[in-house]
Amino acid sequence: MEDLKATPLRARHEGLNALMAPFGGWLMPIQYQGIIAEHKCCREQAALFDICHMGEFLFKGDIEAGGLEDVFTFSVKGIPVGRSRYGFLLNREGGVIDDLIVFRLAEDEAMIVVNAATTPNDFAVIGSRLKNPALLTDVSAATGKLDLQGPLSREVLVELLGAGIGSIPFFKFIRTSILGADAIVSRTGYTGELGYEIFLPAQKTAELWDLLLKDPRVNPAGLGSRDLLRLEMGYSLYGNDIDETITPLAAGLAGFVNLEKDFVGKEALLRERQQGAQKVKVAFRVDSRRAPRHHYEILREGAPVGTVTSGAFSPMLCCGIGMGYVRPEAAEPGTRLVIRHERVEMEAQVVELPFYRGGSLRG
Amino acid sequence: MAKFFTKEHEWVEMDGAQATVGISGHAAHELGDITYVELPKIGKSVKQFDTLAGIESVKAASDIYAPVSGKVVQVNERLEDTPELVNESAEGEGWICRLDGADAAELGGLMDAAAYAQYLKGL
Repeated sequence: MEDLKATPLRARHEGLNALMAPFGGWLMPIQYQGIIAEHKCCREQAALFDICHMGEFLFKGDIEAGGLEDVFTFSVKGIPVGRSRYGFLLNREGGVIDDLIVFRLAEDEAMIVVNAATTPNDFAVIGSRLKNPALLTDVSAATGKLDLQGPLSREVLVELLGAGIGSIPFFKFIRTSILGADAIVSRTGYTGELGYEIFLPAQKTAELWDLLLKDPRVNPAGLGSRDLLRLEMGYSLYGNDIDETITPLAAGLAGFVNLEKDFVGKEALLRERQQGAQKVKVAFRVDSRRAPRHHYEILREGAPVGTVTSGAFSPMLCCGIGMGYVRPEAAEPGTRLVIRHERVEMEAQVVELPFYRGGSLRG
Repeated sequence: MAKFFTKEHEWVEMDGAQATVGISGHAAHELGDITYVELPKIGKSVKQFDTLAGIESVKAASDIYAPVSGKVVQVNERLEDTPELVNESAEGEGWICRLDGADAAELGGLMDAAAYAQYLKGL
């Protein structure tokens, strides 16, 4: 526990009696009043998450001449200024080093937002792929990040920050001033609801947190509910559902890979596309309230075909839901599976993602 | 009727040879939001400390062990659709099942409420 990093909001979480636990090298709030209550708050009102643990890098320079264009599975110069794009940093075998979002801040400026646990390695890898590593700065420690997610998040933020927030479309952002400091408000998230990710100087985070929590429509939510929310949408969690041994093609995320452009790992993906993947991502619904969990075994017609990578009880569907990797023949929607762990056994059926389709995401 | 507790946080309340079984309020709190209770089959016979049932929360899946030997004669069917009842009233309406043919002598190996409270302090 000694080496865990703390966000600027640690004292706030402790003051709220949050259950704290390590996540990606950080001491993070898992829940305040309860995971299911916080999940419901996000689906019905507005939930506030401390996401200061995630990493942010700033790139300044010509996107193409500086080498950033060839780093990710998508084109950075193709992102219009004011928009962001989701995709991957791959190794030579096509495995996912990280999944991330690039924000095009200006013609010659981009912000890269990465996962917490992978931040140091990402910074080294991206730097090594640039013409000049000095074009990239790690601004993670100086940058605070709060996510406000839920169907009421827009009206809450409009009242607090002004009408300009109200017209930000999905995967677009604005640069604005919050509490006298430069900030970015982005219409992105990890919950399937209408929501915003707010980037601002770390030392202003607590003040904004307090201000948002004064609003009776807003409740704090921890990483426990965030995990349920993202799983109901079928979003991958780095380290569980994707890692360096899994390609975006196997993970069913080919839509975030542009094979028309150059990037490290492209040859491996072209080979995989030709030969077909050994294992592919599968999503399944359990017949009961029973929850599949990470590492549970997946069987089809009595034979092992794969492993669960994420699973939970879904409060919206009122049943167990999960994702995992199986042999391609077991991934067809409608296929009957059995999920097993020691004496626990549950029947499930392969479904298409997302599990939950009622969210306000694009509202 | 007095409750007796196991080290694994089950409770049992005896009425003659019939025993009502549940998990302690402490265990329910530690599990967090309970999402599923695997009720035992009626007619199942268990020996003391055998696996009796299962319980799942958003955080974990655990076994529930029989605090005394007996045969399952009744289960709390309300838990099938409202397992959160265990969070709300672990030592009351959130009981799990009833066992018949239980032997009060087995309570000797369990803790009474005062001893269990003391045990929790030491955890």
